[in-house]
Amino acid sequence: MLELLRLFWMFFKIGLFTFGGGYAMIPLIEDALVGGGYLDVNVLYDMIGVAESTPGPIAVNMATFIGTHQLGFLGALAATLGVILPSFIIILLIAWLGSRVLESKTAEHAFMGLKPAVIGLIMSVAIALVVRLILPKIDFENLIFDVSLFQWQNLIILVMVVAFIYLFKKKASPVMIIGISAVLGIAVYYGF
Amino acid sequence: MAHKHKLLELFWAFLKIGALTFGGGLAMMPIMHKEVVEKKGWISDDDVIKMLVISESTPGVFAINSATFIGYKIGKFWGSLVATLAVVIPSFVIISLISLFFYQFKQIEAVMFAFYGIQVGVAVLIFKAAIKLGKKIHFNALSYMILIASFGVSFFTEIPVIYILMGAAFIGIITGIFLTHKEVTNHA
Repeated sequence: MLELLRLFWMFFKIGLFTFGGGYAMIPLIEDALVGGGYLDVNVLYDMIGVAESTPGPIAVNMATFIGTHQLGFLGALAATLGVILPSFIIILLIAWLGSRVLESKTAEHAFMGLKPAVIGLIMSVAIALVVRLILPKIDFENLIFDVSLFQWQNLIILVMVVAFIYLFKKKASPVMIIGISAVLGIAVYYGF
Repeated sequence: MAHKHKLLELFWAFLKIGALTFGGGLAMMPIMHKEVVEKKGWISDDDVIKMLVISESTPGVFAINSATFIGYKIGKFWGSLVATLAVVIPSFVIISLISLFFYQFKQIEAVMFAFYGIQVGVAVLIFKAAIKLGKKIHFNALSYMILIASFGVSFFTEIPVIYILMGAAFIGIITGIFLTHKEVTNHA
């Protein structure tokens, strides 16, 4: 019971501090769950892949998946409720009180600072992931650079995925990018 | 009775929206527009724009924000509850089923290799999301500085993300107050 409440509260906070959609949740999830030792970082990124290639909001997909992974069905329920409740309550209040609450200058100014910060956070997650996939033994906090484990297979996949997006531009939907990456993973890891 | 019927229709519409959108967020917009504006005429285009502005300027999940907002327009509290649950149920069911056998599934070598590739794809998608968000904001010297600072702090330190967000909001508010004050003195 206590564990369920902890999971619920963790996802409630994640829902409350997510500005700018599902991707903006990733730094928060990584902080709370990977940082807290509840989740392996590889499981997190497998799961984002699954969340991307199944229908529905990414945030709900991720919460359901992590909840199940942590505490089974009840865990999924606790995490999903946690992540949707802040949105539900805030929007209900706005719909009820009218949107003038949002027109305050302070809220507008806070968003001036929040928006670029969220972009910086998402970029940092993406680049940290690329670095970890290609050079898994680099430790930026302690400045240890061990290049002996260079994962050139991942570099090849990366170059090809980027080339694919560049070639197909707008037609490259997230589902397609996940599909192509899966095929490339099989081809490159079996092929070499 | 008529009210109950409307709630059922609302439930069905949002169930479809939840089941048919991949990628979440703004990817929902086309299907939602078709169901709620074109087919049912429940809300107007103006309402959609208003909803987008509200979703952009509140925390939380876009899909939930819009389901709650549209649900409230149509059926007050019960409408918002029905729409929100409906948009969540498809994801919840699908992911619960997948996670039941995901780890056995990943034992297969080809699947494991596929997921090595998928992790790379996910990194690219996350980076793309950041660029897409970047296109929506107006950049000035301050926002560039905040972007670089939040990137650096989160990349090189263990400082919790929530503190970085709070710091950025605080800088925004302080700068806002300072600029407004300057404007007022200039006009005087």
